[in-house]
Amino acid sequence: MTEKIETILETRNVKLWYGQKEALHGIDLDFAKKGITALIGPSGSGKSTYLRAINRMHDLEDNVTVTGSFNLMGKDIYAPTMDTVDLRKKVGMVFQQPNPFPFSIYDNVAFGLRIAGVKDKKVLDQAVEESLKAASIWEEVKDDLNKSALGLSGGQQQRVSIARVLATKPDLLLLDEPTSALDPVSAHNIEETLLSLRDQYAMIIVTHSLSQASRIADKTVFFLNGNMVEAGDTRKIFLEPDKQETADYISGRFG
Amino acid sequence: MNAKTADKIATAVIYAIAGSVVLVLVAMLAFILVRGLPHLSWHFLTAQARSFEAGGGIGIQLFNSFYLLILAMLISFPIALFAAMYLNEYAKPSIWISIVRTAIEVMSSLPSVVVGLFGFLIFVVKFKLGFSIISGAIALTFFNLPILTRSIETSLSQIPDLQREAGAALGLSRFETVIHIILPASVPSIVTGVVISAGRVFGEAAALIFTAGQSAPALNFGDWNPFNTASPLSPFRPAETLAVHIWKINSEGIMPDLSAVSAGASAVLIIVVLLFNFSARRLGQLLYKKLTKS
Repeated sequence: MTEKIETILETRNVKLWYGQKEALHGIDLDFAKKGITALIGPSGSGKSTYLRAINRMHDLEDNVTVTGSFNLMGKDIYAPTMDTVDLRKKVGMVFQQPNPFPFSIYDNVAFGLRIAGVKDKKVLDQAVEESLKAASIWEEVKDDLNKSALGLSGGQQQRVSIARVLATKPDLLLLDEPTSALDPVSAHNIEETLLSLRDQYAMIIVTHSLSQASRIADKTVFFLNGNMVEAGDTRKIFLEPDKQETADYISGRFG
Repeated sequence: MNAKTADKIATAVIYAIAGSVVLVLVAMLAFILVRGLPHLSWHFLTAQARSFEAGGGIGIQLFNSFYLLILAMLISFPIALFAAMYLNEYAKPSIWISIVRTAIEVMSSLPSVVVGLFGFLIFVVKFKLGFSIISGAIALTFFNLPILTRSIETSLSQIPDLQREAGAALGLSRFETVIHIILPASVPSIVTGVVISAGRVFGEAAALIFTAGQSAPALNFGDWNPFNTASPLSPFRPAETLAVHIWKINSEGIMPDLSAVSAGASAVLIIVVLLFNFSARRLGQLLYKKLTKS
């Protein structure tokens, strides 16, 4: 990732401690303005920890210390002047477990906009429709917008969760194993959704599924024991990785 | 004895014990209702109590009980809500928090007669509020606050952290997350808790004897100005409640039909408390359906 491409996020020497235990040992990574980057690696390698540092989800926990620089479009994410509320509007997140609010589908998707003060019904209607379309679930739910999102299947709930994030128009989308709690068909639908969004959004996805990374990611980053081992075009990482550890992991020799 | 037999015996014993709990309750309810129901009539429910002759009712006491309950809830609910929100959503484990929790526990185990005497000394005497609805409502607040706080806190804690993360990830502040996601999601179970605690408050006597007083002056139900002492809404009038009335007539009543009045009043009290309890769950389910549209 050394060639000069337009980046949305550059992190340098990112270290993170849980209490006294150092969990990330200085991560340098750049992310392009568009496209999907997959973070892969065995459990405990620090990929989710790194992902959650990008929208400061660790702020919700005690005892977590983060150092290093996160340059998000010219601003440091951890600068004292950075408002986490603003940050998370720019950096959306989709979680492993689908987590729609116990409201109607419409209210779920309109939620972020309403909080931001949008009251115009037409604007909301349009945003809800666009977001649900972008998340490839509009056709399935367009007649049931007033029904509870909790009544949907897991895969549908996850796409509503994605639509909910898209409605707030983030610049960067973080996805923390978004398909690992879903059945294969639902997982496939989510992948299709992500592929359809790759030209409009920068997305960083943590995944345990190597095949998923190879199917959807433009770039792939391999994490191991809190270190970033290797980053590059997905093809290269999978076919001719530079590092032996990467080759071992890809070929299933550990992890 | 093999494991299977032991299991069978244990199961039987557990069933028997659980059954006996139900039996005690049913026997008590049946006793109270069988004795009390024959005395119930529209007249009994609405008429004023009489001190010396037969044929008195419990109208004013019944009204007082409800009015006092509503006032006590109006005072205690916001406090309990914010206390619970603080404890469950904001507080981080610390000495301060364990002090708060211990305080709530101690408060919930205070004997209600002590709460009543405290209310008497502070509000009735010191603050010169006299035997009044407002003194009673404050005493009931002390009595109710710990249970209500605990129940709301439990309701909030049942909302999974995923929802809090989802709120935070959408750019909501902690307060917005609580107000717009956690509270709406927990409304049904909060309402259930409130109604159940209302049942407890409704039947409380000891805390009120020395605060809301033991007399029920005649009310003018045509006068709804809360600043007139004869108005039913006046918070500064003495107000004997139904539970206090039962205690009073049994300890010093001299009307000829006092056992009938006592039995009837007890039946009414029990019926209202049961209604609270049964409706609580139902109401919670209804609200959940309505709010989540499921």
